[in-house]
Amino acid sequence: MEVSIQNVRKEFERFPALHDVSLDIRSGELIALLGPSGSGKTTLLRLIAGLDFPTGGAIYFGDEDASRKSVQERNVGFVFQHYALFKHMSVADNIGYGLKVRPSRTRPPKAEIRRRALELLDLVQLSGLEKRYPSQLSGGQRQRVALARALAIEPRVLLLDEPFGALDAQVRRELRRWLREIHEATGHTTVFVTHDQEEALELADRVVVMSQGRIEQVGSADDVYDQPNSPFVYGFIGESSSLPVTVEKGQVWLDDRSIGLTAKDAPEGSAQLYFRPHDVELVEGGNGCIVGTVAASRRVAGTRHVELEIGGAQHRVEIELPADHPAVGRSRVAFRPKKWKVFPQSSGAHPLRRQPAEIVELAPTGT
Amino acid sequence: MSDAILHAGNTIDHERDFRSPVTESLAVRAVLISLTFVLLALFLVLPLVSVFAEALRMGFGQYLATFSNADARAAIWLTLLVAAIAVPCNLVFGVAAAWAIAKYRFRGRAFLISLIDLPFSVSPVVAGLVYILLLGSNSVIGGFLLENFNVRIIFAVPGVVLATIFVTFPFIARELIPLMQEQGTSEEEASISLGANGWQTFWYVTLPNVKWALLYGVLLCNARAMGEFGAVSVLSGKLRGETVTMPLQVELFYNEYAAVAAFSLASVLAGLALVTLVIKSWLEWRYADQLASGVRGH
Repeated sequence: MEVSIQNVRKEFERFPALHDVSLDIRSGELIALLGPSGSGKTTLLRLIAGLDFPTGGAIYFGDEDASRKSVQERNVGFVFQHYALFKHMSVADNIGYGLKVRPSRTRPPKAEIRRRALELLDLVQLSGLEKRYPSQLSGGQRQRVALARALAIEPRVLLLDEPFGALDAQVRRELRRWLREIHEATGHTTVFVTHDQEEALELADRVVVMSQGRIEQVGSADDVYDQPNSPFVYGFIGESSSLPVTVEKGQVWLDDRSIGLTAKDAPEGSAQLYFRPHDVELVEGGNGCIVGTVAASRRVAGTRHVELEIGGAQHRVEIELPADHPAVGRSRVAFRPKKWKVFPQSSGAHPLRRQPAEIVELAPTGT
Repeated sequence: MSDAILHAGNTIDHERDFRSPVTESLAVRAVLISLTFVLLALFLVLPLVSVFAEALRMGFGQYLATFSNADARAAIWLTLLVAAIAVPCNLVFGVAAAWAIAKYRFRGRAFLISLIDLPFSVSPVVAGLVYILLLGSNSVIGGFLLENFNVRIIFAVPGVVLATIFVTFPFIARELIPLMQEQGTSEEEASISLGANGWQTFWYVTLPNVKWALLYGVLLCNARAMGEFGAVSVLSGKLRGETVTMPLQVELFYNEYAAVAAFSLASVLAGLALVTLVIKSWLEWRYADQLASGVRGH
């Protein structure tokens, strides 16, 4: 089932939660809504489900306008952040609930409901636990029951709100792989909300990066990491460092030194340079590089994170070096990013949009 | 010898070391506990015992004779009838009010919560008088009903029922509101997202989640409905054999110096209270885990 979200707006008592969001979800796709808290991702999910109604715009399921339909009519499977299992019902009754409440002409007989419940329990690898109550299950097991319950109604779209949010790291990783398998086996169009980029990048076919009630970028894990289209996405996905620079005649200048990078597409004037801390090459001083004084260095697993002060104590950037790199002992390091991106100073600086705190901190506006 | 003394000294030190910081000394504990027991015995147990003692003073035959008195029988019957009407009414009102307050956000919600408590804070006698003003045969509504339908509310059974409903209104709602608020709406949302309609959601999800609190509320409501005196006394007009409930009949007997009859009837009310208490304790003991898990909300 394709889902098309067209110019959807949502306001909570005049407080805007979503501004003019449009998104096309392909049939059978596994899509992640990724963003920091308050970015509107859960609001968007609830609008798709019909648990909330948009202030403006429309949501289409295939060709039909779903925005006028109630949540019951939309036939979506919704998995809640804290599972919302019915605690007075056994696992089997929880899973069979969606079939039991159907009107009598479409309701399967009791034995059939039970058979379906056991089948789904098998799918989520919890066979034998059908008589348990939710309070007798672990967090990961509850999550699986919640998913089985949502799948029981043969939903047109499967929606998951922070599906692994309340679980510990080990279980998360295991369930992630398992959800991917289930998705491949059942082929449901699936949308899930997460604030964990690793989860989004690993699991989803496409990632929707959201911030401040807007969609910043939609793309595959490669797209959003390699071709971030805004400073926010660059800062939010993966590690990043940034420096205030100026662009003149297609060259990037730091203070009054050319740093040997070309930026042909960027407009002239002040800009912000973004690069990945691990994607740098060290050079031997001189022109055409960034030179910094080592302010601090920390060993993190296989790499060393080196914090550099550039241009006195004005700017700080972080780069990552192999732990045994000879440069680690030096007091001054010269480097050049291997991949980078230059955003004009005004780019993405929508009046309502703030840059993520860590970037603001690293790069006080030099203009 | 010196060893023994040393040893004893050590023990005392240990006791001092290991006593929980929030535990008082034995003497203080003993005083507090016995004080509680004495006060309870004096103010609760003794009166209760004396009710039964007075009732049985002239022997068991006299005790039973009270219940063949026509007035006493009518009073018992009316009390049961009133409770049978008032409790279901308040069950519906209470669930509806708790649902509205706990699940929706609307203007005047805080006011509604205070309003539900009104019967607790206002004197029942005042409530009774207000109903007489509003529905008495000289009032607009009361006059209209009497003329057109020949229905009398004040100084009749409907008045007694009305007074009882008013006084017992908060019991069920009060039990349900905090529980429903804590449980939130996520299970209801799950239910409707699975295709259930509002009624199914209420019946299969909301109600089972609050059933023990509801039962508590019903028990308390019933106990109060049978025992209410003030408002009923004002609205009933005390017509013997017609509008007199058990508590009123107890008073009537007592004023006529029929002490045995008064206490015999009172013993039924007291027995009812004891039964309520036992059922409540039994529920708490039997379903402690479910009550607790219901409150924790997982």
